[in-house]
Amino acid sequence: MKISRRNVLKGLATAGVAATAASLPVAADAREGYQVQADDVGMLFDSTLCVGCRACQTACKVRNKLVTDTRETQGGVYDAPLDLNGNTKNVIKIAQDGSATTYMKMQCMHCVDPACISVCMAGALHKVAGGITAYNAATCVGCRYCQIGCPFNVPKYEWQKSLPIAEDPKIVKCELCRHDQRGPACCEVCPRGAVIYGKRADLLKEAQRRVKASPGKYAEDRVYGEIDGGGTNVFYLSPADVSFKALGLPTLPREPLPALSENVQHTTYTLGIAPIALFTALTVVQLRNRGKGEQGHKEEK
Amino acid sequence: MTDIGSDMIAELETKGVSRRDFIKVCTMAAGAVGLPAWAGEKMAENVEKGRKPSVIWLHFQECTGCTESLLRTSHPDLGSLILDLISVDYHETLAAAAGYQVEAALEKAAHDNKGKYVLVVEGAIPEKDNGIYCRVGGKTAVETVKKYAADAAAVIAIGSCASWGGVPSASPNPTGAVGVGKVLGKTVLTLPGCPANPYNLLGTVLQFATFGTLPKLDEKGRPEFAYKRVIHDDCPRRAHFDNGRFAKQFGDAGHREGWCLYQLGCKGPQTHANCSLLDFCEVPGAWPIGIGHPCVGCTEEGIVFNVPIHTNLPIPNPTAPMAYPGVGPAQGGVGAVAAGVAGLAIGAAIGAGFVASKKLSKDEGK
Repeated sequence: MKISRRNVLKGLATAGVAATAASLPVAADAREGYQVQADDVGMLFDSTLCVGCRACQTACKVRNKLVTDTRETQGGVYDAPLDLNGNTKNVIKIAQDGSATTYMKMQCMHCVDPACISVCMAGALHKVAGGITAYNAATCVGCRYCQIGCPFNVPKYEWQKSLPIAEDPKIVKCELCRHDQRGPACCEVCPRGAVIYGKRADLLKEAQRRVKASPGKYAEDRVYGEIDGGGTNVFYLSPADVSFKALGLPTLPREPLPALSENVQHTTYTLGIAPIALFTALTVVQLRNRGKGEQGHKEEK
Repeated sequence: MTDIGSDMIAELETKGVSRRDFIKVCTMAAGAVGLPAWAGEKMAENVEKGRKPSVIWLHFQECTGCTESLLRTSHPDLGSLILDLISVDYHETLAAAAGYQVEAALEKAAHDNKGKYVLVVEGAIPEKDNGIYCRVGGKTAVETVKKYAADAAAVIAIGSCASWGGVPSASPNPTGAVGVGKVLGKTVLTLPGCPANPYNLLGTVLQFATFGTLPKLDEKGRPEFAYKRVIHDDCPRRAHFDNGRFAKQFGDAGHREGWCLYQLGCKGPQTHANCSLLDFCEVPGAWPIGIGHPCVGCTEEGIVFNVPIHTNLPIPNPTAPMAYPGVGPAQGGVGAVAAGVAGLAIGAAIGAGFVASKKLSKDEGK
């Protein structure tokens, strides 16, 4: 048999299929994911109450000592970030699907079982007390896997800094103001109580109470974040005519996102399944080609 | 009142008021209500020619607050307004006469100035049970207003009561109180407010007196010069709103600093009025927000007496001075240069692959 590209690929594919097949039967619950703790904290954002004043955006910048993200709008310069970015941990966006203008507050969702923690190779992103997804710049290597992994597009990299050691760019995202005794700044300043801070369990109860109290007022008559993507610590309520998707919240399965990916990834390496399969395949190819190779040598002489 | 006519200014001069002083009064009046300065001269001219508009002022379900405010104006002061600039022929609060005598004056004024007088209505009109809840001179309010509105050159409803019902129409509205426009079945010039800023009335009346025209009105009959914008748009505390600085409680640090009162229940974002632009009776800061209290929306139907004073309302129009980003990640489009570079890279890769494969097949052929 020739060492053709085709044969090598065949071997690789066989190995891959074997490894994957070996890992798939393992049920999702085999993985020990993060669970909701009793003292977990979170936020509830009710977009039917938000008036888009952006007090939360300003307060967040002040409390977290973030520089302004100026751009020119309508002839004047304002701190008006277009999205979460290296200077913005909280941003108000607009959804114009419904009958009225609906505002959307974007910040980290503090998932119960976060994808960003799952993909973080250095443990820079980790869970702390209260179920907060925290970030430790000291161990971060700047790989930005978390940016790709997050289904909500939350972690942002300081692209404006380019020198790795001198400027030391970091990942920037909301950490529920865990550095401050007073709780999140955004919830403190909101003039309408559109975003409130509290224990996850209490907030869920309150959100469900609101949905129950006025049927037909809220999208899907449910609270986003209760089960979505394994649940989040930040809940959302949307008006009936603005779907969660239109509000910028992705449709996620019930299982935490890391459940499937980690199962596949981890199982392929348990007991060395993947390397064994790979090297077996390569050995087979090599052995089959051995004789031919020697013949070739003779011909050259 | 008798028509003084052309010798009016001469008569004033005998009282020690110079012509110059009188024109000053007119110009001041014009200035105070936003008419051009030369309108003052025109006003004086009209007065000289004896063309003072006759005003009939009716009171129904009200507290006389609008009249009381008018009594406290100073540019022009009430005296020169009702004696020199316009001719108030019937006003229950100001008339010295009473009873049959004053009713006769009303009849006479309406008859003599048929089709030329201005009818000002203060107070709501109860319609329930054939209007028996408000009678003046033996006639119900509904009858009276219909009778005198028929021959009026202009009907002006002053105050929230006359405009749309005001306090008397608050739930459960036992007397079926409504505004003038509702009774007459047409849009009249309304000057809502509780009380209305008298200068909005003066501006309207003096414009009518001088030019015979009424200011531009919106669909609710409110003059646009006063009611086109909401309080929130011209609020002296607006900068605090834009920066997210809200007073949380009466008397807290932010409140003492003069921060935005939205969280305390300010109705400014939905209330159309010019309170911040035209001081009430020329006393600077004499309005709710000026003294550190949220606006209660006294001009706005459905807000005042309907929504609790310290409940805040949504903001109907996006109020920030800029556009908001849309939901969904911010994505730049593909620029022409970027597309070119990418194309070059892809082309190079394909070319390299082709060359490499040719080399391979050559080697195999050996």
